[in-house]
Amino acid sequence: MTEDIRRQAGELEAAVLVVLWAADRPLTPPEVQAALTEPLARTTVATTLARLHAKGTLDRVRAGRAYAYSPAVEDRAALAAQRMHTELDKGDDRQGVLARFVSRLSSADEIVLRELLEQAAEPGERS
Amino acid sequence: MTWAVWAPLIIPFLAVPAARRLAAALPPRPAALLLVAAAGALACLSGAALALLAGAAVLRLPVVASLGHLSVPLLERVAPAAVPVGVVAAVAAGAVAVAVARVLHGHRAARVRVARELAGHSRAGDLTVLPDEGADAYALPGRPGGVVVTAGMLRGLDADERAVLLAHERAHLTGRHHLLLLLARLAACAHPALRGLREPLAFQVERWADEAAAAVVGDRRLAARAVARAALAASAAPTGRLRPAGALPAAAGPVPRRVAALLVAPPLARGSFARARSVSAVLLACLLVSGAAAAEATTDLHEDIETAQAGSAAPAGP
Repeated sequence: MTEDIRRQAGELEAAVLVVLWAADRPLTPPEVQAALTEPLARTTVATTLARLHAKGTLDRVRAGRAYAYSPAVEDRAALAAQRMHTELDKGDDRQGVLARFVSRLSSADEIVLRELLEQAAEPGERS
Repeated sequence: MTWAVWAPLIIPFLAVPAARRLAAALPPRPAALLLVAAAGALACLSGAALALLAGAAVLRLPVVASLGHLSVPLLERVAPAAVPVGVVAAVAAGAVAVAVARVLHGHRAARVRVARELAGHSRAGDLTVLPDEGADAYALPGRPGGVVVTAGMLRGLDADERAVLLAHERAHLTGRHHLLLLLARLAACAHPALRGLREPLAFQVERWADEAAAAVVGDRRLAARAVARAALAASAAPTGRLRPAGALPAAAGPVPRRVAALLVAPPLARGSFARARSVSAVLLACLLVSGAAAAEATTDLHEDIETAQAGSAAPAGP
């Protein structure tokens, strides 16, 4: 039970971070709340944002009467990301360590995929 | 020793195509489990065959023979080619052991390296975001693990598609898919034919996570769109290499097949079960013959030993 609650709290923090990374500017708690796919209480969102800020995961700036939040990025983080990619692409090890969401596409794959995407984008979802 | 000991070494060449065909007709979860089980069983049996062949030669070593009270001339008579064959088998078994050790070591080293690299990045709950414009996403098993995704990937998808992405990666983690992939890699060390099971397993594991994600968001079409858009974003990313143009491959790559599978009816309602049944009969027969042959070969070796012991109980020569 506590395991379940902890997992849910973790997933909520992750969802908030996703929203802030996807946005191109700092967001206020109501904006974050609106961008989340799951309906959540405003106070829950505000508490999560404050907690992530306290941990140093988020930066915040004053926006009128509220705060607007954005992901905190260390200067060296971008460099580290680059280094990680080269590490990950090294050798055969990665297959056992990580499962990548999408593998690389051939040019033929790309054509097929665009056709399939048109099918998937057709109206009539959730019939 | 009879033909029996060779069966576990030959049967993988038959069983691997059967397992691949059967997996293609099954829903992703049973397909993945079948592939891993087949890889594990065939690898163990072929390892046992190598051990038996090498063991038969070890008996000829004077030290072993005298310890076991064996008559070497008698062993020579019941199994004349045991020594050269056994030496080859021992070398092969050594190569397998080295390959397994290297895979395990590489796996551990890669996990440590990646975990170190992840420290210091934007992290919340089970998610780490890399500040990278290239689109990419992984599931990273283990202690500091979780879902790793680049900022470029998050910006390339809409909110619903991002939910699919997270659900897909979490399905890999909760299903412990990395262990299945590792097992298949280890099995492939034991017998070259088993390498043919790794690619279908990698595909079925992705399908499994796709179906799990589709169930979480409650919309298969949305899941299909998310996988397709993510793949296109990843291939358009600045980190992507130049793809060879021209020459169309015969079969579509794994991503279009995943998307197409999500756009048709759920896997349980599909597939010809009659064909699946006949292919599974072939696979089961392969495994049974292989297992029986390994047991038979063990009995043979045991009988040879007893014969040689009986022989040495009689006068032990001048």
